[in-house]
Amino acid sequence: MTALLATERIKLFTTRSPWWSMIMTLGITVGLAGMVALTHAGDRPLTVEHSQFGSQFGLMIITVMAALAVTTEYRFATIRTTFQAVPNRTSILLAKTAVVTGLAVVVGEITAFGSWAVAKLIDGGPELSIRDSGDLRMVAGVGLVYGVAAVMAVAVGILVRQSAGAISILLIWPLLAENLVGLIPRVGDDLRNWMPYVNAGRFLNGVDPEMPLSAWGALAYFAGVAAVLLGTALVVANRRDA
Amino acid sequence: MIEATGLTKHYGRTVAVDNLSFGVGEGRVTGFLGPNGAGKSTTMRMILGLDRPTSGDVRIDGEHYRDLKRPLTTVGALLDAKWVHPNRSARAHLRWLAAASKLPYSRVDEVLDIVGLTAVANKRAGGFSLGMSQRLGIAGALLGDPRVLLFDEPVNGLDPEGILWIRRFMHRLAAEGRTVFVSSHLLSEMAQTAQDLVVIGRGKLIYQGTVDDFIANATENTVVVRSPELDRLTELLRADGVSLVADGDAIRVSGVDSAAIGELAAANKIVLHELNPQIGSLEEAFIQLTGDTVEYTAHTDQHTAPAEPAGATEEAPPA
Amino acid sequence: MTLLAVERMKLFTTRSPWWCTVAALAVTIGFAALMAGTADAQAPLTVAATQFGYNFGLVVVMVMAGLAITTEYRFSTMRATFLAVPNRWSALLAKTAVVAVLAGIVGEIAAFGSWGIGKLIKPGVDLTLNTAYEWRAVAGVGLVYAVAAVVAVAVGVLVRHSAGAISLVLIYNLLVEGLIVLIPNVGPKIHKWLPFNMAHQFVTGNPDPTGRDVNFGPPLSDATLGPWAALAYFAGFAAVLLVIALAVANRRDA
Repeated sequence: MTALLATERIKLFTTRSPWWSMIMTLGITVGLAGMVALTHAGDRPLTVEHSQFGSQFGLMIITVMAALAVTTEYRFATIRTTFQAVPNRTSILLAKTAVVTGLAVVVGEITAFGSWAVAKLIDGGPELSIRDSGDLRMVAGVGLVYGVAAVMAVAVGILVRQSAGAISILLIWPLLAENLVGLIPRVGDDLRNWMPYVNAGRFLNGVDPEMPLSAWGALAYFAGVAAVLLGTALVVANRRDA
Repeated sequence: MIEATGLTKHYGRTVAVDNLSFGVGEGRVTGFLGPNGAGKSTTMRMILGLDRPTSGDVRIDGEHYRDLKRPLTTVGALLDAKWVHPNRSARAHLRWLAAASKLPYSRVDEVLDIVGLTAVANKRAGGFSLGMSQRLGIAGALLGDPRVLLFDEPVNGLDPEGILWIRRFMHRLAAEGRTVFVSSHLLSEMAQTAQDLVVIGRGKLIYQGTVDDFIANATENTVVVRSPELDRLTELLRADGVSLVADGDAIRVSGVDSAAIGELAAANKIVLHELNPQIGSLEEAFIQLTGDTVEYTAHTDQHTAPAEPAGATEEAPPA
Repeated sequence: MTLLAVERMKLFTTRSPWWCTVAALAVTIGFAALMAGTADAQAPLTVAATQFGYNFGLVVVMVMAGLAITTEYRFSTMRATFLAVPNRWSALLAKTAVVAVLAGIVGEIAAFGSWGIGKLIKPGVDLTLNTAYEWRAVAGVGLVYAVAAVVAVAVGVLVRHSAGAISLVLIYNLLVEGLIVLIPNVGPKIHKWLPFNMAHQFVTGNPDPTGRDVNFGPPLSDATLGPWAALAYFAGFAAVLLVIALAVANRRDA
């Protein structure tokens, strides 16, 4: 497994998309936090939540990066080379998922703490201190959410095998579809409570009394959806012609 | 008629094509020869107005490609057989090309017939083998019945039958009076396909002229001579200032043709057992010429850019 | 005219426009059916509510438009196009026109389809198009889709990669404008002038006579321009982007 992880790590970092997505995620989320801190004025103090203003933006870029890590392999047919070298598709795809997820977690933590630090440095308000587990979850949790989102993106990438399709699904779903579902009369709210990315947001932003799951329960649910999706993707990849 | 003058293309700091001037005439197949990475495809793209020359100029029948009206009726090109949408059928691909050039759709069926793809015309091009893709590309090039045809490495990856087909095809196109410009890194292929040659290496022009002259000029033609009186013949040849080397029980004479050697031997009543002119192959000529450019360029590189450490230690005198 | 015919042929002999069209129509009309089916006294069915899936259709149409250009780059058929039509301005303008017209048609079918299915499911509700606002809310969808397609084509020409162009267009439309409004103080001032906000103003603005809840229809806009001026602004933005894209394509190696 170490060899497989090394293989996938080399493959990921010798292409360009992980690099630019890391730089973009870092630059934009931290930049947004700085901008919010700079433009902030008025009665209410800046909070930890404000410092994580750009986290959803970073989430989308990480999602695109993770999906591309898989779909570009299909596009350039390197997935065939990979399966030739490692016929056990489950283990090599799991290794890939692990590497991409690891990167997503690291980028998430760096951007989250970076954003918080920049906001604190510029504004320095009392509400910006990390004082309880909720504050900590809001910052440190970003990496976990990015990690699970990366698993989700890898799974969709394996299933769809095509950059345009995978990215469209992965962006439209959390940014649009989950919100639209909530707007359906009567049933909308109940449906929305069980949408994966809504639960990821719930984990970060604290408990909403109307939601059925606790913060960690919400993360577990989000991770569970990702795991089911990944399991399906692995089964499909094993059955399908490469 | 294609005329390039001082054509130059830089990609960042890399010089892909360097002050290239050449002409391609009508009614002949002109080979465009150079090792991989010599700048052949870049030159072809500049001829076709796809890439903008950094400096210099290239014209087709006196006009820039981008100024041509209905260009496919003047110039047909096959640069890459994969320039087709994989989900589009062969016929649909040719139909949009025909529409863009205001050609009747009946012409699509004609060219499909010429290249022998009629049976698979409605199949998606993504499923074509390389040979079929090449044929589709050639069909596209022929669509407008153009006077000028450009083919970039058309025989790459083809089976022998396909190679023969393309070779005959080029000869037929040239015989019809068209300008045919074919690039290749395969010398033997060019020797059999082309009458004229434009040879480049590292983006620079090495040679322009006929294939025959290229071989004659570029290779040192030698004559192998065997004789029981080899010593006397050697002395006589040396007295005439002819250079020669011993080669086993024979000598290899360079700089004079076999007729002169035979006459010299007859005049001195020397018996000859073998008088065998050795004609240099295109490969030899090519390697000799492009090998020189590679060496030459590598040498100048060391003056303009800092040498790599490994290279530097090799060059350095022992301490 | 020839070039328009060429681009039409090229577009319809590939698969992505077809499935994007189907997806856009299915999602918008499907949502309208859902809204109509679940409507009750608290959430009444209105003309605006039938256009619930408008933004969804919009992004699918933009993906289609972006792909129409980036797949040409991916498979190098753009080079084949430039060989056949060396005047890149006209070749790309023809493509933009065809894609925009398709997007407009998809928008009109989606909007009137959504409205029609609402009428069908809830025949008792008065969904007649009486006011200028109601007409814009339905018939205006096609115009917005057409202009949005121009934006996506321009981005596609500039970026040339499907993944990059789609990410850019979707993240901008679905996330960035919404994030900018949240920036303290300056955010709302900037947001008023952002292009997609303007597009929403055309479809939902001036004023929403039903005074509906934000929930029941396409996103409401905080733009201050009148609806037609907002559309003109959106179209102007698209035109500027397209001119930049075409100038770049004309200079660049194909």
